[in-house]
Amino acid sequence: MQSVAHEFKARSRRALQDTALQQALARAKGGFIDHRRTAIEALPEFDELRARAKQIKNHTLAHLDYYLERFEAQVKAHGGQLHWARGPEEARRIVVDICRAAGAKRVTKGKSMVGEEVAINPALEAAGFEAIETDLGEYIIQLAKEPPSHIIAPAVHKTRAEITELFYAHHRRHGINKRVSDVASIVNEARTVLREAFVTADVGITGANFLVAQTGSSVLVTNEGNGDLTSSLPRVHIVTASIEKVLPTLEDLAVFLRLLGRSATGQEMSSYTSIFTGPKRDADLDGPAEFHVVLLDHGRSAMLGNEFREMLRCIRCGACLNHCPVYGSIGGHAYGWVYSGPMGAVLTPLMVGLREAADLPNACTLNGRCQEVCPMDIPLPTMLRRLRMREFEQKLTGARSRWLLSIWAFLAKRPRVYQMAMRPLVGLLAIGSRGARRFLPLARGWTQSRDFPAPQGRTFQSLYRAQQRKQ
Amino acid sequence: MSDSARNAILDSIRKALDRDRELDASIATALDSRLNDCGPHVLPVFDELPVERFVSKLESVHATTSRVAGVADIAAAIDGFICAHGLSTNIVAARGALLDNIDWPTAYRIEHRGATVDDAVAITEALAGIAETGTLVCGSSESHPTSLNFLPENHVVVMSESRLFKHMEDVWQELRRLPGGLPRAVNLITGPSKTADVEQTIQYGAHGPRRLHVIIIAPP
Repeated sequence: MQSVAHEFKARSRRALQDTALQQALARAKGGFIDHRRTAIEALPEFDELRARAKQIKNHTLAHLDYYLERFEAQVKAHGGQLHWARGPEEARRIVVDICRAAGAKRVTKGKSMVGEEVAINPALEAAGFEAIETDLGEYIIQLAKEPPSHIIAPAVHKTRAEITELFYAHHRRHGINKRVSDVASIVNEARTVLREAFVTADVGITGANFLVAQTGSSVLVTNEGNGDLTSSLPRVHIVTASIEKVLPTLEDLAVFLRLLGRSATGQEMSSYTSIFTGPKRDADLDGPAEFHVVLLDHGRSAMLGNEFREMLRCIRCGACLNHCPVYGSIGGHAYGWVYSGPMGAVLTPLMVGLREAADLPNACTLNGRCQEVCPMDIPLPTMLRRLRMREFEQKLTGARSRWLLSIWAFLAKRPRVYQMAMRPLVGLLAIGSRGARRFLPLARGWTQSRDFPAPQGRTFQSLYRAQQRKQ
Repeated sequence: MSDSARNAILDSIRKALDRDRELDASIATALDSRLNDCGPHVLPVFDELPVERFVSKLESVHATTSRVAGVADIAAAIDGFICAHGLSTNIVAARGALLDNIDWPTAYRIEHRGATVDDAVAITEALAGIAETGTLVCGSSESHPTSLNFLPENHVVVMSESRLFKHMEDVWQELRRLPGGLPRAVNLITGPSKTADVEQTIQYGAHGPRRLHVIIIAPP
């Protein structure tokens, strides 16, 4: 999709005032955090698995060309086809061409973040195909014409009342004229409507949670079973995946499967983990006759060579989103592209450009929770700081911030001057403050929503010296 | 065009890794041997008997189970499930060592084929089970169409206890031993279909089966 990340500040302000969104966010947050904690506490080996997974990813990334070539050879050996896409445009063209060659009319889709990244749906529609999302969350946001607001729960921002109205508006053409408002009826109605799509689709497109080099397999983790119907019923199955998804072996995969579900939803295993290898065998009674894998780069090979390589360990579990106070306050849409939360604040500037997404790395309290809960131990706070440094170097930081930072840097590099400047300032801030200030010159943005903790009247240095003298 | 994209991506990766060309032969050999023979990494330890763990894990994810003494008891266990939920006795089924030896009650009509949207009950036979997580392993084949696992609202799976393994790594070894190698689709199934996409409330039967019933046959 087209990025609107440059509207981050305006979108965040709107999100904070959106009561329906705030309700939805409040409801979602506790569940994810508690379920994850319970699942991890029940597995004493979790930390050991986490360390091993990090090591496996680092090894795989360090030999990525080797593993991708092995993966390619195995896909072909099993009768599948592999397509390389440098960027979104190339990926869209490949997918559209496969659908055309298949003589397709209707295309069903399982949830794919790579599919969102390259904006497959508009391309399919422009080429005259009917593209239908089948993951319930993706289906809801497709009806609402919105991007996902969470990488594993795309419709987390939608309340039940909003879904009721969406279904009422869109399902009339399926002969349904009643509003359904309880969860069971909503899910059943979607099930009924999408059944027909599953059995009549000509092409099914899914993402991949992992690729396995040893076997040429693509691995899909879902709870609904929509990914399996999408990949098994149509005549053609297309997997859209990115180059960093590859793992060497099934034994390596096992380590990641034990981390993914627990980190994402607190599940030991999702309902369905499916390993797809090639098209249907001659004797099979069902399954696709064609199996395609589209491998997307889109800036990842460049990240491999710079200080953002560790970001390529990300397995898209969403734990960093669920534990981020910024994401928890504004939701995913404020970020303005397909990825949100801490991982989105790192990936978006790297994929759509730092100028476009300059506000994202700054919307971070650096509390470090994202790295703590990351099953791949990705140093997200460090990367956000690096992006801030790049912004400063490229002069993307605002004039006032640059000016204040320069003053502060000038002082910080000269301890004696620093102390001389701070002593009166600290005293000034303490006057009449009673522990906190409700107003600060030049920092209204800060004091509007919270008090500034006021200093106690003397600097640390002067208190320290006084203490030393007493002893 | 496709070749140029391939080469451009691989070149860009090699450049990022500070390597001009292909890998050194010695490194490639080491990677080959890791790829061909990679043992398990970290196996979670548990004390319970595998079959007990398997059953309790399955039930914790909303599946139901019955344990029977032998192949002769499978039909009664299936009938118990069908009657309890008032389901149709027109059944679409896979084939297998267990399923081919069931003495079906006369009221049952069994068809061996892929499932359609009109089928209410599918019965299949698992290749294996994983005790660690309560997971069934189904592989696509001539005798086991994948649609059976996902289209009907009710999925009954029969499995001999001798096919139960502790960890998924044990199952990988079993899959490698299959005559045709890896099947097109290996489905690891841990409970019925579900979704939490509406207000994080769990609802069973999103697109796949609403009910998953597992019949475990004791070893002889």
